[in-house]
Amino acid sequence: MNMPRALPLALLACSAALSGCSSFSLPKMPEPWVKPYERERLADPIMKGSADPLSGRHREHVLVVREAARGANSAQGGGCGCN
Amino acid sequence: MAATDARIASRLPGLLRRAAGLLGSLLAVGGAKAIELPENRAEALYHVYKGGGVTADGPALLVRKSLADKVSLSGSYYVDAVSNASIDVVTTASPFKEKRTSYDLGIDYAHRDSLMSLSVYQSKEPDYVADAFSLDVSHEFFGNMTTVALGYTRALDKVSKKTEASFSDYAKHWQYRLGLTQVLTPSMLASANLEVVSDDGYLGNPYRAARVFGATVPERNPRTRTSRALKLRVIGDLGDRNAARAEYRYFWDTWAIKAHTLEVGYSRYVGSDWLADGFTRLYKQNDALFYSDNAMSETTYISRNRQLSAFRSFGLGGKLSYTAKRVPGQYEMKIVGSIERIRFDYKNFTDIRTGEAYKFNANLLQLYVTATY
Repeated sequence: MNMPRALPLALLACSAALSGCSSFSLPKMPEPWVKPYERERLADPIMKGSADPLSGRHREHVLVVREAARGANSAQGGGCGCN
Repeated sequence: MAATDARIASRLPGLLRRAAGLLGSLLAVGGAKAIELPENRAEALYHVYKGGGVTADGPALLVRKSLADKVSLSGSYYVDAVSNASIDVVTTASPFKEKRTSYDLGIDYAHRDSLMSLSVYQSKEPDYVADAFSLDVSHEFFGNMTTVALGYTRALDKVSKKTEASFSDYAKHWQYRLGLTQVLTPSMLASANLEVVSDDGYLGNPYRAARVFGATVPERNPRTRTSRALKLRVIGDLGDRNAARAEYRYFWDTWAIKAHTLEVGYSRYVGSDWLADGFTRLYKQNDALFYSDNAMSETTYISRNRQLSAFRSFGLGGKLSYTAKRVPGQYEMKIVGSIERIRFDYKNFTDIRTGEAYKFNANLLQLYVTATY
């Protein structure tokens, strides 16, 4: 079967498949469940966990020059949207 | 914005509209609250590391200030005055002193839910100069509950040797970062970070020696390396002014090193002005393919760098933070002291002075004042 003939057949098959799937629905995404006004506890300094900037950098330097492992340590993961 | 979205959405057929709704619930709700710049900050730190014959101490300073709530500028300065009589130095050379100075300048720009950061860094030692450039972008979405961050660093090091003027080499580094932080509940955050680092060039130490058949030879390292590290972290407010955190990092590289790092910590307020923190860290790695304590065959690459040997370390530390001054809405100043003791136990690095496996204890001390304003 050559391509020019196969194309309309393929389109027909696709449209038939789609029309047969009218009941198909994508799963509903959850709504954000923690509202900005509920993030007071997340914004507390106790939730920073890691050290302040200079302190964290110093500790990381001490460890990285003594261990082979490196990386995935800085705070690039982002915050909690609660500053 | 919401009205425009609704108009567009009403014209889309069923399935497509559902798909748009799915994407929209991820992105459009991000408009509820824009990302914020890092806090204005001034910090002065004095640090000491002492262990294994090495003492490194010095000051560090950092200033960060925002302009028009859109841009934040930062600069930092760091000094390490090193007095080195480590086992490598005392068994193959003479103790020495040197100073390392580093500078860092950065600019952050916030636009809606995105934060873009550019920074340059330079570190200088008499025989090693490192320059780096970093670009980081982070974006909050899903009602600011999710943050995705991407980062890239390009670095170039110039390596020389004090005892051999003709020695000159380079090392290039490429770092790629991907981070995801998720608000799980009003009192819990989780994050995942992946970082890939690729190196090309001189990746050893021109002063260090290896041992082959008991004889001392210059170490020979491969000129390329790629490593990957994946870290998972969770932190939760336990209520009653207590919080706990746990993190695990898995590391693997093309030199066949695999490492595991586990760290847990606990923080609690004591009164209205004191914050106490305790933490412990376990680290374990195996050795590199070409590492040998004393090689019994000739190989292309050979190293006796104990950083590439099989070892484990255990750290235990505490931090105490005192809020000395607090003017709500204006500024806050804290005085912080932190101490950590780390025990290093090497499995296949022999202390040739005693014939036993090498081990040592190190202490890490930090005293600093930090003000946010």
